[in-house]
Amino acid sequence: MNKVYPNAVAAIEGIADNMTLMLGGFGLSGIPENSIAALAASGIKGLTCISNNAGVDDFGLGLLLQNRQIKKMISSYVGENAEFERQMLSGELEVELNPQGTLAERCRAGGAGIPAFFVPAGAGTEVAEGKETRVFNGKLHLLEHALTADYAIVKAWKGDTLGNLIYRHTANNFNQPMAMAGKITIAEVEELVPAGTLDPNQIHTPGIFVQRIFQVVNLEKRIEFVTTRPKP
Amino acid sequence: MALDKNGIAKRIARELQDGFYVNLGIGIPTLVANYIPEGMQVILQSENGLLGIGPFPYEGEQDPDLINAGKQTITYTTGAAFFDSATSFAMIRGGHIDLTVLGAFEVSENGDLSSWKIPGKMVKGMGGAMDLVASAKNIIVAMTHTDPKGNSKLLRHCSLPLTGIACVKKIVTDLAVVEITAGGFRLLERAPGVSVEEIIAKTAAPLLVEGTIPEMES
Repeated sequence: MNKVYPNAVAAIEGIADNMTLMLGGFGLSGIPENSIAALAASGIKGLTCISNNAGVDDFGLGLLLQNRQIKKMISSYVGENAEFERQMLSGELEVELNPQGTLAERCRAGGAGIPAFFVPAGAGTEVAEGKETRVFNGKLHLLEHALTADYAIVKAWKGDTLGNLIYRHTANNFNQPMAMAGKITIAEVEELVPAGTLDPNQIHTPGIFVQRIFQVVNLEKRIEFVTTRPKP
Repeated sequence: MALDKNGIAKRIARELQDGFYVNLGIGIPTLVANYIPEGMQVILQSENGLLGIGPFPYEGEQDPDLINAGKQTITYTTGAAFFDSATSFAMIRGGHIDLTVLGAFEVSENGDLSSWKIPGKMVKGMGGAMDLVASAKNIIVAMTHTDPKGNSKLLRHCSLPLTGIACVKKIVTDLAVVEITAGGFRLLERAPGVSVEEIIAKTAAPLLVEGTIPEMES
């Protein structure tokens, strides 16, 4: 078994036009930026991207939007991206907006073999249109279907050669549920170590979910809004 | 005199209780964190995966792996916990959050809320707002009483796409504290120096006014 790939270009091999991808991250935090750069350079198009956000104009998934590589986005929040808004309003880009917790659970369920589940989020709103409903405990719920992807691409802090992953702080976010839901899951990690190096008690994503892993290079880790206070 | 944003936040902080787990939305709700009473332990949840939001980091100490739901750099408090988005919304959907404070464009007299979309103008997405309002035990809306054109944001029916139905329990505006009851809006408190008549005039729905309405204490 060899899961280790030399770089992003090698790790994304097999991704083709019109495939469905999941990409981890919240805002720009914890996004698989090496893989996104490789996708941007690849010219692959017609992608359906499942990602909480759509990056900013010139970083993250914004790079793929600029290149018109994305046909459809499934997200919960897409502000802070003018090109996204333009493509959506002009009809070039198909957009499905999900409540954030529903989106996370759809990914988790996809990986966990649960085809659909009921949630109260969105009941009575336009999110409910066309969805089966049912009342539990006196409250209206919507039937939501699981999501899976041809490839799930996640970013972790540390990973080992067997694909075990540890995330850092709030850069975990969608990476952990999405890592479970890819037919093939690619993990890019800041530090790739030999199996046996990480404490098995601390693993967030067990290696069974990860088929390909590589160590990132030249991470930018851009911050969307730097907010600080003066040092005393 | 109408309250400013900080005044609204300060009034909402009086709803906090020791031991509460609280989710604060973006905007005015975030300011509530500045007014947690001394000696009270309140743990703030950030839906992108943190229990225990701390203050903004010192200049130069910002960490790209540590942001809040508004994507701003933050710190974490002693005893904090990090987790993934599915776990985060299990906390929210499972009813484990004691209080949710969020902003709104409109609230209707039965507690419906519009906060995420203005058709033809703004489509940014609902983020976690729909999950929060569908499952929170206690939801307080923090907003101005009227929009910039002077139109009431408290209505009989919301005109904008809904975020959730019959979910809001209380509204704190720059003018008043209003409770949602089975009979509609009920005025609880008024901002210092603001008359009941002014609040009635600026509320586009019937407002129950019983007895003398006290001024808000801050």
